[in-house]
Amino acid sequence: MQRARSAAAALLGGGTGTVFALLAVIFAIVFAVNPGFFQAASLMAFLKQAAPLVILAAGQYFVIVSGNFDLSVGALVGAQVVIAARLIDGEEARTVPVIGVMLLFGIAVGLVNGLVTTVLKVQSFITTLGMLLVLYGAIRLWTGGAPTGSLSESFRVPGRMGIENVPLLGQVPWALLIMIACGAAAIWLMRTRFGRVLIATGDNDLAAELSGARVDTVRTAAFVLSGLSATIAGILIGGFAGVSAQVGEGMEFTVITAVVLGGVVLGGGQGLVVAAMAGALTIEALFTLFNQLALPASLRPSVQGAIIIAAVAYAARRRMRPAGQTATPS
Amino acid sequence: MNTTRLAVASAAALGLLLATACTTDEIDDPDTQETAAGEEGGDDWFVQADYERQLEQREIEPEGDPAEPWLQAIDPDWVDTSEFALEGGDATVCFSNASVSNPWRVTGWITMQQQVEVLQDQGLIGEFRSSDAADDDDQQISDIQAFVDSGDCDAIIISPSTTATLTPAVQAACDSGAPVIVFDRGVNTDCAVTFIHPIGGYAYGADGAEFLVDNLEPGSTVLALRILPGVDVLEHRWAAAQEIFGDSDLEILGDEFTGGDAAEIKNIVTQYLQRGEVDGIWMDAGDGAVAGIEAFEDAGKPYPVMVGEDELSFMRKWDETGMTAIAPVYSNFQWRTPVLAATMILSGEQVPSEWVLPQEPITEADLDEYLERNADMPSLHYAKFGGEDLPGFPDAWRDR
Repeated sequence: MQRARSAAAALLGGGTGTVFALLAVIFAIVFAVNPGFFQAASLMAFLKQAAPLVILAAGQYFVIVSGNFDLSVGALVGAQVVIAARLIDGEEARTVPVIGVMLLFGIAVGLVNGLVTTVLKVQSFITTLGMLLVLYGAIRLWTGGAPTGSLSESFRVPGRMGIENVPLLGQVPWALLIMIACGAAAIWLMRTRFGRVLIATGDNDLAAELSGARVDTVRTAAFVLSGLSATIAGILIGGFAGVSAQVGEGMEFTVITAVVLGGVVLGGGQGLVVAAMAGALTIEALFTLFNQLALPASLRPSVQGAIIIAAVAYAARRRMRPAGQTATPS
Repeated sequence: MNTTRLAVASAAALGLLLATACTTDEIDDPDTQETAAGEEGGDDWFVQADYERQLEQREIEPEGDPAEPWLQAIDPDWVDTSEFALEGGDATVCFSNASVSNPWRVTGWITMQQQVEVLQDQGLIGEFRSSDAADDDDQQISDIQAFVDSGDCDAIIISPSTTATLTPAVQAACDSGAPVIVFDRGVNTDCAVTFIHPIGGYAYGADGAEFLVDNLEPGSTVLALRILPGVDVLEHRWAAAQEIFGDSDLEILGDEFTGGDAAEIKNIVTQYLQRGEVDGIWMDAGDGAVAGIEAFEDAGKPYPVMVGEDELSFMRKWDETGMTAIAPVYSNFQWRTPVLAATMILSGEQVPSEWVLPQEPITEADLDEYLERNADMPSLHYAKFGGEDLPGFPDAWRDR
């Protein structure tokens, strides 16, 4: 009885298991509405398009689990695409050097976010909100308001192309493979000492510090990982659809939603990176479902918002209970 | 204790997230942001008389030299401006710009600056002051007020960010005594000496919709992609398209908001293609049209009949693929007209009170001509920018 209850609690309790249950429910509804969605080609197209958000969610997970936020990722994705278009300007030969520049830029932005938060003790959502505005303004200043230049064909390969003629699957997108690689790297990282220190830091930074953990270092590293993930996401999104002024807009909101949906606790210390990535898949599946149901476009943000609040409230309710129990004298 | 803190942190974070999400949206509104929030549904935005007038204006031969469409006017009602005539030239002209937040406005802004340089060399304009409100109404109101307060402006040009909110500021500019020129989006006062704009949204939307009706078999499916709701010029485009689709045998699969984001456009088109055939695409603005076309390529489907815009990335894709398409035009050359109008007014020449500029779509027949004229131009440039004869051409537009 107790065991059955705890199994149910794992699935429905608002923690890590819930997101997989939610994902399954959404896929089931999508299947009911349109069985064709589960044909290989459609599914691969879905995963290709979901990959950037999943990678972004892995990056954001590191920051959130260590007790911070990174609101600058959407602006960073946009900035990276605009930088790529401007620097490459259609020249194939520049593709690889420019990707190098983008990676350095992503690391630099993460480093600044991390150092301002840990050394200057500015709260991370102020730091990264500031970074969001700085990036947004700097890019506008640099480009004169709107993106210029164009991406090369080879730059677009990772986000748009794939391995053709795979048996059963047809085209396997590079984006999917990159997503799996990033996911595996993230899971591995969380199993190292770094991952354990990161969680301990998010749970109770004072205790972690007193037990000898380099709290500031891991937190800064988390921001750098987030900056890197935004860069990879930028390469994939730019590759997927090309350059436009709106790329990345509002993605910080979607990705934090995804991480929270994955049962990762805002404030840090709890949650799994794989669940955060599943949260991102869930969000993308939800968007697909909205489309399949032909939900009026203007209603979608409201439904999305309601689901987010419900998910967070559900998770909070579960965490509230044990606290209540300890407070009651037995 | 810990849980309460977490709950508070979560709530605060979510609030903040929502707030930032809203701000970024607001900053980044594309093209043509106007009167306050309207729900979707073209009907609220549809004014039969305006629709009919704009469709009629497409047929009217504009007055003036066809080689200089920015000085042409459709059905003009000339007004006397001798009261504003200024002795001696070297006028100070002030320009309050709503924003340069999209490629269309960037292109136009370059054209305007190049035109100003010519007028400065001719000694007609002395100082040219400009301010950029970055799509912020409050900022633009204070920009205009600053021009008025300075007392230096011999003419004030305004490209309003929104209609209703900017109306009092435009009125205040008129009250200062300087001639006021409004262009692109309108305001709810006719105190300006001239209001310069192309024919308008209904004509734009109708050009594309009629093309789809003419080029698709009855019963064909059409997907409509829109940037965002509640912007009057964009709503008019969609309202006109709905009017025309309503009288046709085309099946409209849906109308989706994309925010002008290429990735979103590609997602949406890909999903529609998974559900069934899409024979035609109607767009309320061509931004991201190429991403929509790529969705067909990546899904291995035949090209749709396409409504784009005179943005070069789309026109080049159109040329490469040989698809059936049309590029409706929201005449970018209108950015030249206001500064020319300012010098005309300051020398006491007549100008039309409502200066309706021609607005003609680019079709298969003149695609090559416009591609050739813009061969050196970057992909986010608008073919009908009308600056080929200015001395800064082509470098000023190429090296932006």
